Amino acid sequence: MHPAYSVIIFTTASGAGYGLLIGLAVSVLLGIVPRDPTFGFFALGTAVALITIGLLTSTFHLGRPGRAWRAVTQVGTSWLSREGVAALVTYLPIAALGLGWVFGEYEPGQIIVGALLSIVGALVTVWCTGRIYSSLPTIRAWHQRLVAPVYLMLAFVTGSVLLDFFLIVFGYPFWGAAAITALLLALGCDLKMRYWAKIDSDDRTYTAEAATGLGRFGTVRPLDPPHTQPNYVMREMGYQVARRHARKLRKIALLLLFVLPLACIAALLALELPHTADVAIAALMMLSAAAGVLIERWLFFAEAEHVVMVFYRGGAA
Amino acid sequence: MTALPEPTTKKLGLVIDLDTCVGCHACATSCKEWNTSGYPKPLTDQDAHGADPHGSWLNRVHSYEVGQGAASRTVHFPRSCLHCETPACVTVCPTGASYKRASDGIVLVNPDTCIGCKLCSWACPYGAREYDYDDGTMKKCTLCVDRIYNETFAPEDRIPACVRACPTGARHFGDLGDPSSAVSQLVKEREGFDLLPEMGFKPVNKYLPPRPRRDQNAIPTQPAEQPVASTGSIADRFFAWADRALSR
Repeated sequence: MHPAYSVIIFTTASGAGYGLLIGLAVSVLLGIVPRDPTFGFFALGTAVALITIGLLTSTFHLGRPGRAWRAVTQVGTSWLSREGVAALVTYLPIAALGLGWVFGEYEPGQIIVGALLSIVGALVTVWCTGRIYSSLPTIRAWHQRLVAPVYLMLAFVTGSVLLDFFLIVFGYPFWGAAAITALLLALGCDLKMRYWAKIDSDDRTYTAEAATGLGRFGTVRPLDPPHTQPNYVMREMGYQVARRHARKLRKIALLLLFVLPLACIAALLALELPHTADVAIAALMMLSAAAGVLIERWLFFAEAEHVVMVFYRGGAA
Repeated sequence: MTALPEPTTKKLGLVIDLDTCVGCHACATSCKEWNTSGYPKPLTDQDAHGADPHGSWLNRVHSYEVGQGAASRTVHFPRSCLHCETPACVTVCPTGASYKRASDGIVLVNPDTCIGCKLCSWACPYGAREYDYDDGTMKKCTLCVDRIYNETFAPEDRIPACVRACPTGARHFGDLGDPSSAVSQLVKEREGFDLLPEMGFKPVNKYLPPRPRRDQNAIPTQPAEQPVASTGSIADRFFAWADRALSR
């Protein structure tokens, strides 16, 4: 599948934003972070900015962005519609939480209720994002049980890394949050590796023989193509990444997204460093995870093969 | 709305005969010609006179080589929307622009409400939907909905443009929901089949398989031409050498 930058940036940015939102909401519910307005403004503001930038970027993928509002009308059948509605509805509890945190509560319990509903909204939105992909049986690498959980887990991972960064920058105790980040990184790494193992070992069940119904006469080989230049279907669904490049990129993604951030956390927890060094390490961890998740998401598209290509290339998908 | 209607009793669709299709692409060009000025608005082309010309077409004709060696055959294979009974392209649509008509089962895109998110093209295993890069919306086969009910046309013209254009009669149009219709009888008689039935989208369009070869026993097992053997004379040896040299 063609890795469109708008969709890659949308899913990674909004994923990290919702992850940070969940991290902040959980922390505020457990009383781990102080209700400092400045911290709330910058940390929650970053979450809202990432979510909003992601949603706006997603409209660049549309042929008719001006009609984007129509996309919230089909929640009965469409996961894309559900995602849009969940994303918009989640702004309400975010507003309750954020305004209460930064400007003080208008209503008692505003922050608690806002935090609880923010968590629910963020979970639902990211789950819907994953389900858009995993509900498509035409793309074997996406039609997998692990796809939606990986989307959620990577939102947790990237959000948790961001939360650590803000705690460290503001000089708050970060050991508990960093330990949780380490746990999420380990779980996320395991989940992503299991996903890759699954798509590598899965049978390619859809063949050109089955797609054309001509298997009864023998193998089916494309002879003359229907057109001389690639059409939309081939440009969108026929993207191919060299296998050896994919292997290397998987290793780089694992290194940047999980291994290097884990090493950063080990350094943060084990070493008694001056504050500026802690901030530098947290920034490195954040940039590394960001680069890692971008490569991971690029691969998620580039490695996915669409069944329609068996009509063009023969073989199996 | 992208919720599917109750199963329709009328199931308009095409039956495509892979035995008689000669791969002339008349159905594809005729489709483009009719539909670029028809219901789905212009089917635009990009870089039409440049190095990378491409554009939206609603019908594509593949040619395959099927089987091995002397027993192999060439099969021409037109591919377009199959107007599935349970189309995923409709249910994934976030705007309601994609819909299946309750009256006759035709799957259409409303060109005024499509946002061009391309998700329907991801959901379709048959590559039936093409994005129009200029218009920013999805285009697909309309089963020539603007021809088949058009009472200003002569009755013989009230069929899809591809069916009208086919010079070998390889394309048939009719109601596949009516077991007594000519197309249903044809499918029964020729054992018409679905494409990728295991996907579960229940295509309405059917394909008729190529008929068995009548000359199955006449397929030669030896190459027709034997290499020229040399018998010794200078002329013979010259021609044997020429044969070898030219065969290289």
